[in-house]
Amino acid sequence: MKLKRVVPLLAIIALLIGALAACSPKSGGSNGKTVIEIGSQSPLSGGSATLGDAIRLGAKLAIEDRQKEFEKKGFQIKLKDLDDQGDPKKGVANAQILASDKDVLAVVGHLNSGVAIPSSEVYNKNNLAMVSPATTATVVTDRKLPTVNRICARDDFQGPAGANFAVKTLKAKKIFVIQDKTAYGSGLAEQFRDQAKKLGAEIVGYEGITVGEKDFNGVLSQAVAKKPDLIYFGGVYAEGGLIIKQARQKGFDGPIMGGDGLDSSSTVQIAGDSVKGVYLTSVAGDVSKTEKGQAFAKKYKKEFGKNVESYSAYGYDAAGVILDGLMKAIDGNDGKKPTREQVTKAIRSVQNYDGVTTKVSLDDKGDNKFAKVYIYNFTEAKYPPVQKAEISQ
Amino acid sequence: MLAHIIQNLPQVLIDGLTLGVVYAVVAIGYTMVYGILELINFAHGDVFMTGAFIGAIVLFLLMGMGFLAALPAILVFIIVIVIAAIATGLLGVGIERVAYRPLRKKNAPKLIALITSIGISFVLEDLVRFIAELKTGNYIVTAPPMFNHKFTLNLHSALPFFNNATFQSSFLLVLIVTIIMLIALDLFVNKTKWGMAMRAVAQDRDTASLMTINVNRVISVTFFIGSALGGATGVLFMIQYGTIDPYIGFILGIKAFTAAVLGGIGNIRGAMFGGVMLGLLEMFAASNLSIITHGAMGAEYKDVFAFIILILVLIFKPEGLFGKAVVEKV
Repeated sequence: MKLKRVVPLLAIIALLIGALAACSPKSGGSNGKTVIEIGSQSPLSGGSATLGDAIRLGAKLAIEDRQKEFEKKGFQIKLKDLDDQGDPKKGVANAQILASDKDVLAVVGHLNSGVAIPSSEVYNKNNLAMVSPATTATVVTDRKLPTVNRICARDDFQGPAGANFAVKTLKAKKIFVIQDKTAYGSGLAEQFRDQAKKLGAEIVGYEGITVGEKDFNGVLSQAVAKKPDLIYFGGVYAEGGLIIKQARQKGFDGPIMGGDGLDSSSTVQIAGDSVKGVYLTSVAGDVSKTEKGQAFAKKYKKEFGKNVESYSAYGYDAAGVILDGLMKAIDGNDGKKPTREQVTKAIRSVQNYDGVTTKVSLDDKGDNKFAKVYIYNFTEAKYPPVQKAEISQ
Repeated sequence: MLAHIIQNLPQVLIDGLTLGVVYAVVAIGYTMVYGILELINFAHGDVFMTGAFIGAIVLFLLMGMGFLAALPAILVFIIVIVIAAIATGLLGVGIERVAYRPLRKKNAPKLIALITSIGISFVLEDLVRFIAELKTGNYIVTAPPMFNHKFTLNLHSALPFFNNATFQSSFLLVLIVTIIMLIALDLFVNKTKWGMAMRAVAQDRDTASLMTINVNRVISVTFFIGSALGGATGVLFMIQYGTIDPYIGFILGIKAFTAAVLGGIGNIRGAMFGGVMLGLLEMFAASNLSIITHGAMGAEYKDVFAFIILILVLIFKPEGLFGKAVVEKV
C-alpha cells in the first residue's frame, strides 16, 4: 500500500532535481563568455504559425550570422524563443517570463498587433526593448513608449495604400468590407474604408466575422447580393483563405483584396484555385527581387529546410536592428554587458541599418522611416504572388 | 428592406441547412449521452474534429495510392466516411471506458465527470494538433477538393422576387448523408431491441439492469453510435468547407450543445430539429442583421441573435422545444 505513494513521490523528486540541474549552469555562462539573450515572441502554434515560425527562424539566422562579432568581445548571444500562440494572455505571460530573466536584453516580436500591445506594456515597465517585424496597428507605436519599435509600415499607411490601388488602379466603385474583429483586422479595414470613401467609392457593407469559424456563407451571400466591384478583407489567412474560396463558390468573380495577413503560402493552400484574382497589400517586400534577398533565401532554405515566408526576412532584420543596437550599447559601456536602459536607447538610435529586405531608420516614435507598402496579385494558385507596385511614404 | 431579405432567402436557406444538419448530427451525440448518463460530454465536439482529421488522413492515403483518380469520387467518399466513423466510434467507446466508467463505478458526483470531459477535450485537441504538426509543420489541413461542381438554382426566372441561389454538389452530399444518418438512427432507437434497451437505460438505469439489460454494454453502444455519427459528420464538414484545424470542435461543439438544449436535451428528434433551427437562425442573422437594423448591428452579432432566440425559447419552455417536463423521480 505504502509503495503506491512512494513511487510517484520519488518520481516527482527526481524530476525536480533534474529541472534544477538543467537550470543551474546557465548563469555561469558557457565557455567563459557572458551570455546575452534576445527574446523572441511569435505564434509558433495556432492559426498563424506559418508566419510566426518564419519570424523566429529569421531571428535565429540573424543571430547565427553575427555570433562571431560578439564572441570577439567576449559575449555569446542566445535566442530565447517563446510561443505567444497569437493570444494576448499568453503574450503577456511570456513577456513576464522574458522580463524576469536578467540576461534578456531585447525582444523580437510580435506578429499580431493585438498581442504586441498588452505585451509591450510589460516590456516597457521593465525597460526591455522590443523590435517588431510585423505589427502594423497604429496604436503599437502611437503610445510613444521608448521601448517599442517596428521596422514595418503602419496600418494608416497600408490600409490607404490598398484603398488607393483598389479605387484608382482597379477602378472599384462599390466595395464590400469584411473584418475579423481583431485589433489588426478591424484597424486595417477601417483605414481602408475611410480612404476608399474619401476617394469616392461607395462602401456597400461593413461586416465582421468570428475568428475560428469556417462557414462565412451568411456574410458572403449578403456581400454577393450587393454586387460589389471588390471585396476587402481585414484579417489573417486562416479565415481569409476560406472567405476567398466561399466567395468564389457563390459566383463572385471580381477582385478580392486583403492586407499583409493574407501574405502567406497557406492562403494559396486553403483557397486553392480560387486565389486567382486576389490582391493584397503587404508591408513585406519580395526578397527574390534583390541579390541580397536571394542569397538570404538560399541560406534560409539550407539552414532550416523551408522556403522563406513573407516575414522571414523581417524577423532577420528586426533581430539585425537589435544586434546593431546591442553592439553600440556594448561599445558605449566600455565593452561590458550593457543595462536594459542602455540597449533601449541604443536601439532607438539605430539609423540607416541596411538589412536584407528593408533599410531601417527609427524615428522618435519607433517607426521605420524607410518602411514601404507593396501590392501583390495572385495570377495563379502559387506562392509568392506577383508584385504589382511598391509604395514609399 | 423586406424585398432584400426575401431576395436572399433561397441562398440563406441552402447555407443555413448545410450548417444546420451538421449541428444536428453533432447535437445527437450530446443528447444521446445526456439521455443515458445525464452527463454533458464536452469531449464530443473534439470527437467530431478527430473524425474530420481521420477522414483527411485516409483521404490523403488513398490519394497517395492513386485511388482518388482511379475510383469514382463517391466510392472514395464512402470508404473514407466509413473508416472515420468506425475509428471515432471506437475512440468514443475508449473514452468512456478510460475516463467515465471508473468514475461511475466509484459513484463520483456528476460534476467530476463533466470536468473530466472538458479535460479529454483538451487532450484530443492538442494530440491531434501535435500529430498534424509533426507531418507538415502547420496544423491547418486542407483536403483535396471533392464534389465541387457548382450548381445554380435558377429561381429568378420562375419566381422573380427571389435571387438565384448557388450551391456545390457537396451540399447535396452533406444533406443526403445526414438525412440517411438521422433516419437510420431514429429507426434504430425506436424499432430495434438495442434501441429499446437504450431507452430503458435512459429511463431508469437500475431497473433496466434488473430486467437483464447489460447496462455497461448499452452505454458503450451509445457512445459508439454517438461518436461514429460525430466522426462521420467531421468528414462531411471537411468535404464541405475544405479546411480543418484541431480547434473546429470547440465552437461547433458549443453550438451543437446549444442545439441539443434548444430541442430538449435527451430527446433525439429534438436535437435534430434544434440543430437545423440554429443553423438557419445563424445564417439568417449573418446575412440580414445589418439590413434589419440599418447597419447598427452587423453580421458579427449573429451569435447574439441566435442565442437571444434560445433564451426566449427556454424562458417559455425550459425543457426545450421537444423535451418533456421531468417529473421528480421518487
